[in-house]
Amino acid sequence: MQTQIVTHALAVRTHRDYRAFIVSALGPLTALAGVAWAIVQPYRITLLHPHHQGFWWLFAEAPLLVVAAGAAFSFLIARPLLADLEEDDGAA
Amino acid sequence: MEPRSEMVHWFFATGFLFLGLILLSRAIVGEQVWARRRWRLYLWPSIAFGLGILMWPVMTFFTNSAIHMIAHGAWAQALMVAGAAELGLVRGKLHNPLWRLATPVGIFVSGVAFLVHEQNTWFFARSAFLHHLIGWTLVGGSLVPLALAVRPRSAVLQSGFAVLFVVVAVMLYCDRDLAPVFGHLSPLAGVPHR
Repeated sequence: MQTQIVTHALAVRTHRDYRAFIVSALGPLTALAGVAWAIVQPYRITLLHPHHQGFWWLFAEAPLLVVAAGAAFSFLIARPLLADLEEDDGAA
Repeated sequence: MEPRSEMVHWFFATGFLFLGLILLSRAIVGEQVWARRRWRLYLWPSIAFGLGILMWPVMTFFTNSAIHMIAHGAWAQALMVAGAAELGLVRGKLHNPLWRLATPVGIFVSGVAFLVHEQNTWFFARSAFLHHLIGWTLVGGSLVPLALAVRPRSAVLQSGFAVLFVVVAVMLYCDRDLAPVFGHLSPLAGVPHR
Protein backbone atom coordinates (compact mmCIF):
# COMPACT_ATOMS: atom_id res chain seq x y z
CA MET A 1 0.00 0.00 0.00
CA GLN A 2 1.33 3.42 -0.94
CA THR A 3 0.62 5.29 2.24
CA GLN A 4 2.34 8.47 1.09
CA ILE A 5 -0.29 9.03 -1.62
CA VAL A 6 -3.11 8.51 0.87
CA THR A 7 -1.54 10.93 3.34
CA HIS A 8 -1.18 13.57 0.62
CA ALA A 9 -4.83 13.20 -0.44
CA LEU A 10 -5.99 13.62 3.15
CA ALA A 11 -3.84 16.71 3.55
CA VAL A 12 -5.36 18.30 0.43
CA ARG A 13 -8.84 17.40 1.62
CA THR A 14 -8.20 18.93 5.06
CA HIS A 15 -6.93 22.17 3.50
CA ARG A 16 -10.07 22.48 1.34
CA ASP A 17 -12.35 21.73 4.28
CA TYR A 18 -10.53 24.39 6.27
CA ARG A 19 -11.16 26.99 3.56
CA ALA A 20 -14.83 26.00 3.24
CA PHE A 21 -15.24 26.25 6.99
CA ILE A 22 -13.80 29.78 7.12
CA VAL A 23 -15.87 31.02 4.16
CA SER A 24 -19.07 29.54 5.62
CA ALA A 25 -18.29 31.09 9.02
CA LEU A 26 -17.57 34.65 7.78
CA GLY A 27 -21.21 35.67 7.30
CA PRO A 28 -22.61 34.20 10.54
CA LEU A 29 -19.69 35.61 12.53
CA THR A 30 -20.31 39.06 11.08
CA ALA A 31 -24.02 38.82 11.87
CA LEU A 32 -23.17 37.60 15.36
CA ALA A 33 -20.93 40.63 15.86
CA GLY A 34 -23.90 42.85 14.95
CA VAL A 35 -26.15 41.01 17.41
CA ALA A 36 -23.52 41.31 20.16
CA TRP A 37 -23.24 45.04 19.45
CA ALA A 38 -27.03 45.40 19.69
CA ILE A 39 -26.99 43.64 23.06
CA VAL A 40 -24.13 45.78 24.39
CA GLN A 41 -25.67 49.04 23.11
CA PRO A 42 -29.43 48.41 22.88
CA TYR A 43 -30.16 52.15 22.70
CA ARG A 44 -28.75 52.09 19.16
CA ILE A 45 -31.67 49.93 18.06
CA THR A 46 -34.32 52.58 17.65
CA LEU A 47 -36.88 49.93 16.68
CA LEU A 48 -36.97 49.04 20.37
CA HIS A 49 -38.31 52.52 21.15
CA PRO A 50 -39.77 53.70 17.83
CA HIS A 51 -42.05 56.48 19.07
CA HIS A 52 -41.17 60.01 17.91
CA GLN A 53 -38.32 58.70 15.72
CA GLY A 54 -37.89 59.99 12.18
CA PHE A 55 -37.45 57.76 9.14
CA TRP A 56 -33.66 57.83 9.12
CA TRP A 57 -33.33 56.93 12.81
CA LEU A 58 -35.54 53.90 12.17
CA PHE A 59 -33.79 52.96 8.94
CA ALA A 60 -30.11 53.51 9.84
CA GLU A 61 -29.45 51.22 12.77
CA ALA A 62 -25.76 50.40 12.71
CA PRO A 63 -25.87 46.99 14.51
CA LEU A 64 -28.66 45.85 12.18
CA LEU A 65 -26.65 47.02 9.18
CA VAL A 66 -23.80 44.76 10.34
CA VAL A 67 -26.23 41.83 10.61
CA ALA A 68 -27.57 42.66 7.14
CA ALA A 69 -24.05 42.72 5.67
CA GLY A 70 -23.28 39.32 7.20
CA ALA A 71 -26.57 37.83 6.02
CA ALA A 72 -26.19 39.26 2.52
CA PHE A 73 -22.69 37.85 2.30
CA SER A 74 -23.85 34.42 3.47
CA PHE A 75 -26.72 34.14 1.00
CA LEU A 76 -25.37 35.98 -2.02
CA ILE A 77 -21.64 35.24 -1.95
CA ALA A 78 -20.75 32.39 0.38
CA ARG A 79 -23.37 29.88 -0.80
CA PRO A 80 -22.42 29.83 -4.49
CA LEU A 81 -18.76 30.08 -3.52
CA LEU A 82 -19.00 26.99 -1.30
CA ALA A 83 -20.73 25.11 -4.12
CA ASP A 84 -17.87 26.04 -6.45
CA LEU A 85 -15.33 25.06 -3.84
CA GLU A 86 -17.02 21.67 -3.56
CA GLU A 87 -17.08 21.27 -7.35
CA ASP A 88 -13.44 22.21 -7.56
CA ASP A 89 -12.75 19.69 -4.83
CA GLY A 90 -14.58 17.00 -6.80
CA ALA A 91 -12.73 17.84 -10.00
CA ALA A 92 -9.32 17.77 -8.29
CA MET B 1 -35.10 65.23 5.07
CA GLU B 2 -31.45 64.23 4.80
CA PRO B 3 -29.92 61.56 7.02
CA ARG B 4 -27.47 62.71 9.64
CA SER B 5 -23.79 62.69 8.73
CA GLU B 6 -23.09 59.80 11.09
CA MET B 7 -25.71 57.69 9.33
CA VAL B 8 -24.00 58.24 5.99
CA HIS B 9 -20.80 56.97 7.60
CA TRP B 10 -22.67 53.85 8.77
CA PHE B 11 -24.06 53.23 5.28
CA PHE B 12 -20.58 53.47 3.79
CA ALA B 13 -19.30 51.26 6.62
CA THR B 14 -21.78 48.59 5.52
CA GLY B 15 -20.52 48.83 1.94
CA PHE B 16 -16.92 48.61 3.13
CA LEU B 17 -17.72 45.67 5.39
CA PHE B 18 -19.43 43.80 2.55
CA LEU B 19 -16.49 44.59 0.29
CA GLY B 20 -14.03 43.39 2.94
CA LEU B 21 -15.89 40.09 3.32
CA ILE B 22 -15.89 39.59 -0.44
CA LEU B 23 -12.16 40.27 -0.70
CA LEU B 24 -11.43 38.04 2.29
CA SER B 25 -13.36 35.12 0.83
CA ARG B 26 -11.54 35.60 -2.46
CA ALA B 27 -8.20 35.49 -0.68
CA ILE B 28 -9.26 32.32 1.18
CA VAL B 29 -10.54 30.27 -1.77
CA GLY B 30 -7.96 31.46 -4.29
CA GLU B 31 -8.28 32.86 -7.80
CA GLN B 32 -9.09 29.52 -9.45
CA VAL B 33 -12.27 28.89 -7.45
CA TRP B 34 -13.21 32.59 -7.35
CA ALA B 35 -13.12 32.79 -11.17
CA ARG B 36 -15.43 29.79 -11.66
CA ARG B 37 -18.31 32.26 -11.93
CA ARG B 38 -17.51 35.19 -14.14
CA TRP B 39 -19.73 37.68 -12.29
CA ARG B 40 -17.64 37.30 -9.15
CA LEU B 41 -14.64 38.83 -10.92
CA TYR B 42 -16.65 42.01 -11.50
CA LEU B 43 -17.98 42.14 -7.98
CA TRP B 44 -15.44 44.13 -6.00
CA PRO B 45 -14.51 46.58 -8.80
CA SER B 46 -18.23 47.25 -9.34
CA ILE B 47 -18.79 47.92 -5.64
CA ALA B 48 -15.74 50.23 -5.52
CA PHE B 49 -17.09 52.08 -8.57
CA GLY B 50 -20.54 52.25 -6.96
CA LEU B 51 -19.12 53.64 -3.73
CA GLY B 52 -17.39 56.31 -5.84
CA ILE B 53 -20.71 57.23 -7.47
CA LEU B 54 -22.38 57.44 -4.07
CA MET B 55 -19.72 59.90 -2.95
CA TRP B 56 -21.24 62.49 -5.33
CA PRO B 57 -24.50 62.87 -3.37
CA VAL B 58 -22.34 63.04 -0.24
CA MET B 59 -20.42 65.89 -1.87
CA THR B 60 -23.65 67.62 -2.87
CA PHE B 61 -25.67 67.29 0.33
CA PHE B 62 -23.01 67.13 3.06
CA THR B 63 -20.75 69.96 2.04
CA ASN B 64 -20.28 72.68 4.63
CA SER B 65 -17.09 74.19 3.24
CA ALA B 66 -15.07 74.42 0.03
CA ILE B 67 -12.49 71.97 1.35
CA HIS B 68 -15.28 69.46 2.05
CA MET B 69 -16.49 69.76 -1.52
CA ILE B 70 -13.03 69.38 -3.02
CA ALA B 71 -12.15 66.44 -0.76
CA HIS B 72 -15.40 64.57 -1.41
CA GLY B 73 -15.21 65.30 -5.15
CA ALA B 74 -11.59 64.11 -5.46
CA TRP B 75 -12.49 61.08 -3.39
CA ALA B 76 -15.46 60.19 -5.62
CA GLN B 77 -13.31 60.44 -8.71
CA ALA B 78 -10.45 58.39 -7.24
CA LEU B 79 -12.80 55.57 -6.19
CA MET B 80 -14.51 55.56 -9.57
CA VAL B 81 -11.19 55.49 -11.45
CA ALA B 82 -9.92 52.64 -9.23
CA GLY B 83 -13.11 50.63 -9.75
CA ALA B 84 -13.21 51.37 -13.49
CA ALA B 85 -9.54 50.41 -13.95
CA GLU B 86 -10.11 47.08 -12.21
CA LEU B 87 -13.24 46.50 -14.30
CA GLY B 88 -11.24 47.25 -17.45
CA LEU B 89 -8.52 44.81 -16.41
CA VAL B 90 -11.04 42.05 -15.61
CA ARG B 91 -12.93 42.60 -18.86
CA GLY B 92 -9.71 42.59 -20.86
CA LYS B 93 -10.19 46.12 -22.19
CA LEU B 94 -7.08 47.27 -20.34
CA HIS B 95 -3.85 45.31 -20.65
CA ASN B 96 -1.16 47.45 -19.11
CA PRO B 97 -0.50 46.16 -15.57
CA LEU B 98 0.23 49.74 -14.49
CA TRP B 99 -3.56 50.23 -14.34
CA ARG B 100 -3.42 48.18 -11.15
CA LEU B 101 -1.84 51.24 -9.54
CA ALA B 102 -5.23 52.97 -9.76
CA THR B 103 -6.35 51.09 -6.65
CA PRO B 104 -3.50 52.13 -4.33
CA VAL B 105 -3.78 55.68 -5.68
CA GLY B 106 -7.53 55.59 -5.02
CA ILE B 107 -6.99 54.37 -1.46
CA PHE B 108 -4.28 56.99 -0.90
CA VAL B 109 -6.49 59.81 -2.22
CA SER B 110 -9.32 58.54 0.02
CA GLY B 111 -6.98 58.75 3.01
CA VAL B 112 -5.81 62.24 2.09
CA ALA B 113 -9.43 63.31 1.59
CA PHE B 114 -10.27 62.13 5.11
CA LEU B 115 -7.31 64.07 6.54
CA VAL B 116 -7.82 67.22 4.51
CA HIS B 117 -11.51 67.70 5.27
CA GLU B 118 -11.04 67.24 9.02
CA GLN B 119 -10.01 70.65 10.26
CA ASN B 120 -10.20 69.89 13.98
CA THR B 121 -7.56 68.25 16.15
CA TRP B 122 -7.58 64.54 17.08
CA PHE B 123 -9.33 64.92 20.45
CA PHE B 124 -11.83 67.61 19.43
CA ALA B 125 -14.59 64.97 19.23
CA ARG B 126 -14.99 61.35 18.23
CA SER B 127 -15.68 62.16 14.59
CA ALA B 128 -12.49 64.24 14.38
CA PHE B 129 -10.47 61.45 15.98
CA LEU B 130 -11.91 58.86 13.61
CA HIS B 131 -11.36 61.02 10.54
CA HIS B 132 -7.67 61.38 11.46
CA LEU B 133 -7.39 57.67 12.27
CA ILE B 134 -9.16 56.50 9.11
CA GLY B 135 -7.15 58.94 7.01
CA TRP B 136 -3.80 57.71 8.26
CA THR B 137 -4.97 54.09 8.11
CA LEU B 138 -5.87 54.51 4.45
CA VAL B 139 -2.68 56.44 3.63
CA GLY B 140 -0.57 53.70 5.26
CA GLY B 141 -2.87 50.95 4.01
CA SER B 142 -2.43 52.09 0.41
CA LEU B 143 0.94 50.32 0.56
CA VAL B 144 -0.93 46.99 0.65
CA PRO B 145 -2.65 47.35 -2.75
CA LEU B 146 0.60 48.85 -4.03
CA ALA B 147 2.42 45.64 -3.07
CA LEU B 148 -0.54 43.68 -4.43
CA ALA B 149 -0.05 45.36 -7.81
CA VAL B 150 3.44 43.87 -7.86
CA ARG B 151 2.47 40.48 -6.43
CA PRO B 152 -1.24 40.05 -7.33
CA ARG B 153 -1.41 36.37 -6.34
CA SER B 154 -0.06 36.78 -2.80
CA ALA B 155 -2.69 35.39 -0.39
CA VAL B 156 -1.18 37.35 2.49
CA LEU B 157 -1.45 40.66 0.63
CA GLN B 158 -4.96 39.83 -0.60
CA SER B 159 -6.00 39.08 2.99
CA GLY B 160 -4.33 42.28 4.17
CA PHE B 161 -6.23 44.26 1.56
CA ALA B 162 -9.51 42.71 2.73
CA VAL B 163 -8.74 43.36 6.40
CA LEU B 164 -8.02 47.02 5.53
CA PHE B 165 -11.64 47.43 4.39
CA VAL B 166 -13.01 45.62 7.45
CA VAL B 167 -10.94 47.81 9.78
CA VAL B 168 -12.09 50.99 8.05
CA ALA B 169 -15.69 49.71 8.25
CA VAL B 170 -15.36 49.24 12.02
CA MET B 171 -13.99 52.78 12.37
CA LEU B 172 -16.82 54.19 10.26
CA TYR B 173 -19.40 52.39 12.40
CA CYS B 174 -17.87 54.08 15.48
CA ASP B 175 -18.50 57.50 14.00
CA ARG B 176 -20.96 59.82 15.76
CA ASP B 177 -21.75 63.42 14.88
CA LEU B 178 -21.16 64.61 18.42
CA ALA B 179 -19.67 62.27 21.00
CA PRO B 180 -16.57 62.20 23.20
CA VAL B 181 -13.48 60.18 22.39
CA PHE B 182 -11.63 58.62 25.34
CA GLY B 183 -13.40 61.14 27.59
CA HIS B 184 -12.38 64.13 25.46
CA LEU B 185 -14.93 66.44 23.89
CA SER B 186 -14.17 70.04 23.07
CA PRO B 187 -16.70 72.54 24.51
CA LEU B 188 -16.69 74.10 21.05
CA ALA B 189 -18.14 70.90 19.56
CA GLY B 190 -21.51 71.27 21.26
CA VAL B 191 -23.71 68.97 23.32
CA PRO B 192 -23.94 65.26 22.43
CA HIS B 193 -27.40 64.50 21.05
CA ARG B 194 -27.63 60.87 22.27
